[in-house]
Amino acid sequence: MTTTPRPKLVTALLLAPAGLFFVFLLLAPLAVVLLFSFGERAPAGGYVPAFTLQNYMDLPARGKAFFNTLTLAPFGTLLTALFAFPMAYFLAVKTSPGWRVALLILVMAPFWTSQLLRYYAWMMILGNKGIPGWLATLGIADVRIINTPWAVLIGAVYGFLPLMVPPIYVSLEKLDKRLLEASADLGATPIRTFLQVTLPLALPGVATGSMLVFILLMGDYILPQFLGGGKVFFIGNALVDLFLQSRNWPFGAAVSVALVAIMFVTIYVYMRFVLSKSGTRRAALV
Amino acid sequence: MSDTSSVIEFRKVTKRFGDVVAVAGNDLAVRAGEFMSILGPSGCGKTTSLRMMAGFEQPSSGEVFIRGENVTGVPAYRRPVNMVFQHYALFPHLSVADNVSYGLRQRNPKPSKAEIDRAVDGALAMVRLEGYGKRRSYELSGGQQQRVALARALINRPAVLLLDEPLAALDRKLRRDMQIELQNLQRDVGITFLLVTHDQEEALSMSGRVCVMREGRIVQTGSPRELYDQPVNRYVADFVGKTNFFAGPSPAEVLSIRPEQIEIATSLSALPEGLMARLPVRVLNRIFLGEHTEYVVVSEKLGEFMVMAPRKSERDAGVYDIGDMIAAGWRAEAERILPNT
Repeated sequence: MTTTPRPKLVTALLLAPAGLFFVFLLLAPLAVVLLFSFGERAPAGGYVPAFTLQNYMDLPARGKAFFNTLTLAPFGTLLTALFAFPMAYFLAVKTSPGWRVALLILVMAPFWTSQLLRYYAWMMILGNKGIPGWLATLGIADVRIINTPWAVLIGAVYGFLPLMVPPIYVSLEKLDKRLLEASADLGATPIRTFLQVTLPLALPGVATGSMLVFILLMGDYILPQFLGGGKVFFIGNALVDLFLQSRNWPFGAAVSVALVAIMFVTIYVYMRFVLSKSGTRRAALV
Repeated sequence: MSDTSSVIEFRKVTKRFGDVVAVAGNDLAVRAGEFMSILGPSGCGKTTSLRMMAGFEQPSSGEVFIRGENVTGVPAYRRPVNMVFQHYALFPHLSVADNVSYGLRQRNPKPSKAEIDRAVDGALAMVRLEGYGKRRSYELSGGQQQRVALARALINRPAVLLLDEPLAALDRKLRRDMQIELQNLQRDVGITFLLVTHDQEEALSMSGRVCVMREGRIVQTGSPRELYDQPVNRYVADFVGKTNFFAGPSPAEVLSIRPEQIEIATSLSALPEGLMARLPVRVLNRIFLGEHTEYVVVSEKLGEFMVMAPRKSERDAGVYDIGDMIAAGWRAEAERILPNT
């Protein structure tokens, strides 16, 4: 079948909404942030034009925020994936089609309430009157969960599971079951079939879910604010502080640029790795 | 103990899916080194039988033996048989070489890398795919994928190679080539092949023995020639080759006459001597098939039937046109009375 080429004007018009959105709401603000990052703080706070690399030299001053974000975001993503995979596997492979939709909706259900409300609830559960309180009655005293990295991780798994399960579910659901039979036929035990066939072929789904969660977690500030209680703070919290409290916009901009750069490199490397492992064609990934 | 000359044996094997009986108490023995086919229409239980040999399904009752050993209940990954799947089921995330070596890499102890590489090269050479090891399966044509699937199975030297409609996904020309290639391959490697197909021509042309199935039961097992010349009932005669059915001596029987055993001539007197039946017929239709011409003729007494006239006899007598009044007849031995089942 041959298609007649679409007139250039029509193509341009069709691309215009997305293009304008992209340019004005993504590229332009990024350019502004980049520009600000080379400027200086006005005496009363804000920005005055300048060209200095001082803001970037000062980045180590926020090292703790970078360290927390760069350890807890990947670890939280990994934990979420570890919890999500069995759930998605159960839904896609072991559940009858009639139950699937109902169970998938249950996975998504937490999204129906406000994020703040959910984290408040977790503050109660993990707080001293929550789980540590119950453990104390069992004789296990002095357990602290709230305001520790673990609280942030628990919140991350809980909060982002609904984003991780569906993409993994989709990749497992479209997995050709005959490949599993072929693997068994060639002598692979069920565990080896899982490791050598199921897992690699579900990897694009894991990658998509991980990207979603990782990006959101890297930029999150509500989660560390609520469950980290100011002790476990992320770059997001540092940014809120720099822009709204100390009003050091140029330094805040430099921190932002560093965050974007780190995310960009991480995602690029990660995607290259996943593509090489799963061997799926690029188009099949999205 | 089981008969040692059979590599796979079914003993009273039944498979039920809920209320449906897919395989109904069959006995079947595949002999070492032979090329056997299970032939039948879709839903006759042939694929279920194959899957019970591979170990993907377990019989509801009865026993499966492989090389004399009772393997009933043994899962697929512990059976010494391999399968070529209908749509090949090649692993999309692995290269051709990694697909082919998959079986070897599951072994315990695992062979050395050098051994595996050598075996893979040998297997790819066997199916004429040298140098394709680094490709991905989706970069290959249907025929090439088929050959990768064969190499992936044969590299393990299975007791039996199970082939589930392996040629169904190929186009007609390629199918003919692969039929010949499969036969040659089977002779070269000396491994027992068991092929499942609904295509009678495929079964008859490739295999030494054919097992005809119907509604979960084995109807007849024999060489292609036996099935063609001595079908046990109407079903086999109809399924294996073309034939004409006429009313038999009793309602429980039919008279079968193969179309190539019917002679035609311009007139009754022009028919050869020694025929037991001689009928005036009118030509209803004519299909030119190259070396043969297929006529549909009608007689007042017997109704419509089919005649296969070889080119040679047409050269003598000429080609008949639709509407021509001609004569047809056959010898006594062409008639075969069969149970009407």
